[in-house]
Amino acid sequence: MANVIEQRDDAPIVAARNKDTPRDAGDAVEEPSGGALAGWAVTISRPVAEIYAYWRDFKNLATFMDNVVSVSSLDSRRSHWVVKAPAGQNVEWDSVVTEDVENELIAWRSEADAQVPNSGRIEFRDAGARGTIVTAAILYDPPGGAVGKVIAKMFQREPAIQSRRDLRRFKQLMETGEIATAARTKAQREAERC
Amino acid sequence: MRALTWHGKNDVRVDSVDDPEILNPRDAIIKVTATAICGSDLHLYDGLIPTMKAGDILGHEFMGEVVEVGANSPLKKGARVVVPFTIACGSCYHCGKHQYSACDNGLPADNQDIAQTLYGQPMSGLFGYSHMTGGYSGGQAEYVRVPFSDVGPIVIPDGVEDEKVLFLSDILPTGWMAAENAQIEPGDIVAVWGCGPVGLFAVQSAFLMGADRVIAIDQFPHRLELAKKFGAEIINFEQSAVYEALMEMTGGIGPDAVIDAVGLEAHGLFVDNVLDAIKTTVFLGTDRAHSIRQAIIACRKGGRVSMPAVYGGFVDKFPLGAFMEKGLTLKTGQTHVQRYMPELLNSILAGTIDSTFLISHRMSLEDAPKGYKMFHDNQNEVTKVVLKPGSVPDSAIAAE
Repeated sequence: MANVIEQRDDAPIVAARNKDTPRDAGDAVEEPSGGALAGWAVTISRPVAEIYAYWRDFKNLATFMDNVVSVSSLDSRRSHWVVKAPAGQNVEWDSVVTEDVENELIAWRSEADAQVPNSGRIEFRDAGARGTIVTAAILYDPPGGAVGKVIAKMFQREPAIQSRRDLRRFKQLMETGEIATAARTKAQREAERC
Repeated sequence: MRALTWHGKNDVRVDSVDDPEILNPRDAIIKVTATAICGSDLHLYDGLIPTMKAGDILGHEFMGEVVEVGANSPLKKGARVVVPFTIACGSCYHCGKHQYSACDNGLPADNQDIAQTLYGQPMSGLFGYSHMTGGYSGGQAEYVRVPFSDVGPIVIPDGVEDEKVLFLSDILPTGWMAAENAQIEPGDIVAVWGCGPVGLFAVQSAFLMGADRVIAIDQFPHRLELAKKFGAEIINFEQSAVYEALMEMTGGIGPDAVIDAVGLEAHGLFVDNVLDAIKTTVFLGTDRAHSIRQAIIACRKGGRVSMPAVYGGFVDKFPLGAFMEKGLTLKTGQTHVQRYMPELLNSILAGTIDSTFLISHRMSLEDAPKGYKMFHDNQNEVTKVVLKPGSVPDSAIAAE
């Protein structure tokens, strides 16, 4: 009997109907069991070098990632992340860059003792007159237990929505210099962010 | 400040709310001097548009004076501006193609999910028109925060009165784009369904673009009279059968181009209309679409269909067979207001477009709920209500 070899089409892994399909989204994206993969592509009408540079300076991520309180550099490859968790708590971890090709891709992974193991990969592709195509894949592997369930709810159910919205905000910031808000007053905008 | 707010079906009120503030560098705050109630505001008033929240400020046709600017706004305090109803960034892929109503960045990121799911991609933001279009506070208020003030608002020269230019915000460019989408060729016969503001501006625009004859269709005598004033032949669908009339008036060929300027609130006791009304009531369908069906059937073979009318969801019985077999072309969309404002301002200043004939009623902002009710209940005589936030309400005059 011939081996059944699964044919893969040209669509990205985040569009796969069967999420158990062997993944090749990137070697840097770890595949812990029960994890949640979230990804999205956007085209940003700015040069690739500008977009890569903004993202590579990890502290900038807090300006457009809603859940991220702050990211600070520990050295050229390691960074410390503070991320909002339910009930006003924060989750923190250290992350290390596992791959970095200027103007092409950045991959990172949380260090071994992270409460919420996670990894991510963002790719940049020059799209000529259209600007740059940015593709992100972020994978979370929430812990077990009662606390884990709450965190899982946040990191497992929402990452698709959250990463999509984060990328839209990134695009807005790069293209327009600001992040769109429909608030009328500063107080309303603050309330929306909480 | 005072503002007209939505509270539910046929329930709008003037409330005191917090003044807007500059939130982003490209923002400006406009002190509203004139704002109009749009036919599409009646869709909100009738509760036909989902994702409204109690307290939402309505209004997307407005103009006024710049009173505050963000660090990156080029507007000068004191300048008089008309603001487009579409909120567009001017720097994304679509804005680069002058498709402003398809702007990628006009909607807040969190508000894009609904349209992404419903339409495939999110559209631009709109002022005062539900949370699916951003949830932005509208212009039927004393003040408005205007995002991307370097792209949208057009500065009006001194000495030109508000009423002459107010409709640059929506209905004039919408009527103009409707005629442009009909791809009118010299000698064409163009039929226009609906003699509301958009339809009437489409009638004017069609003639300016070289149409030989324009046939306007409605049931309100006063509105048909206005169409006639601009040279249109008229069909009152309560007096005449529209398809039969159009076929006779075009020698059996049908109009070269048809424009549906009716949309959601099509009137008349046609079978499909009644079915649509029942289905929308029980949420089996969202749109009532008699006019577009009739337009497609009447249009000549190889002709063009332009649809400025607002539809939000799904329709039944779309005559796809007629559409395909006759080889029709359909163009539609929310108006790319920013694209048309400069040339239409020039046309107004040069006197080639009459932009004030529509206005039938003027009132203070405080009287806006009365304006909504009047517009809703008497569409024959009430063709356009202009609200002036600075003026004294009728009730105050009566009390003196």
